[in-house]
Amino acid sequence: MARLSGLQREVLSLYRRCLRETRKKPLETRGNFMAYTRVEFRKHATVSKKDFNAIEFLLRKGQRQLEMYSSPGIRNIR
Amino acid sequence: MSALRSTTRLFASSKPLFRPAVFARSYATVDALSQVSATGHTSNKTIQESKTLNVQEPNPSEQPKIKTFQVYRWNPDQPTEKPKMQSYTLDLNKTGPMMLDALIRIKNEMDPTLTFRRSCREGICGSCAMNIDGVNTLACLCRIPTDTAKESRIYPLPHTYVVKDLVPDLTYFYKQYKSIKPYLQRDTKTEDGLEYRQSPEERKKLDGLYECILCACCSTSCPSYWWNSEEYLGPAILLQSYRWLADSRDEKTAERKAALDNSMSVYRCHTILNCSRTCPKGLNPARAIAEIKKMMASN
Repeated sequence: MARLSGLQREVLSLYRRCLRETRKKPLETRGNFMAYTRVEFRKHATVSKKDFNAIEFLLRKGQRQLEMYSSPGIRNIR
Repeated sequence: MSALRSTTRLFASSKPLFRPAVFARSYATVDALSQVSATGHTSNKTIQESKTLNVQEPNPSEQPKIKTFQVYRWNPDQPTEKPKMQSYTLDLNKTGPMMLDALIRIKNEMDPTLTFRRSCREGICGSCAMNIDGVNTLACLCRIPTDTAKESRIYPLPHTYVVKDLVPDLTYFYKQYKSIKPYLQRDTKTEDGLEYRQSPEERKKLDGLYECILCACCSTSCPSYWWNSEEYLGPAILLQSYRWLADSRDEKTAERKAALDNSMSVYRCHTILNCSRTCPKGLNPARAIAEIKKMMASN
């Protein structure tokens, strides 16, 4: 695999953190969280890897969302 | 009492509230420069207004005073699209005197997708802080320059993450505000169990501090804050910090000072004084920071 840029590694680490966070959710709804994470990342898979501004914005947005959804009060997602 | 207070504030503030436009609208940068890069949005990043749609005044009056407004636009739903400058032409005869009136009119009558924060429209809430013609100010306190030959440029606050169009992301700013514990900290009660009293002299120390509305105009105009916003608190937060340090009722002054006692929190202030120059309420954050430095040095 080619060497990843810093930004690419940041995206991957965010993805990994999201998946880790889904494991703290109740078993019945874990699939929903997993699917949501994948869909959200897939949605922007077409962004050019040179479009730093867009990627940085999406990263910030993702971090904000992760912070929000990781609260234990949120038990399901659609 | 409130009437009294507002008049004392008029005299107490370092700058007169009604100042001639010539003095109010200038940084150290010259005018030609401030049009392009005073905001930190360089031209190669933003799509210029010449390449975007110009939205015209829908129904001008008989002798229209047509003025052009260049407004920064960026939509988070299309993150791959570049930010752009969009021009709107308005007839000043049909628009209120303030920049906020112009923005509201654009939103109501021409382009409902334009997004900005506003609330009180009289400079008391601090929602509509933005960069107008190269100066951070509240749109509701900024008169539209009547010179119709010159166009006005409106940007979000410089060096902030943009949520959409003219809306900046102030999350980190508020987090910093929270970090200075902006509330009265006190363990002892008064003898009679009533409210904590202050002498008029002690109260006077808070004039020019309590009026701050946390619009973030000063912090986002500070180059030092641009480069060190993670650790340096910035003028607005330091002004608030001093407001609690100066409060005679607060008993945790030593703790507050200890929290500020590092090379980053306060000492990134290099007395550039953009904060005092830009403050739309006519306050003087630079003086407050100087007072903090004095307090820190004296113990």
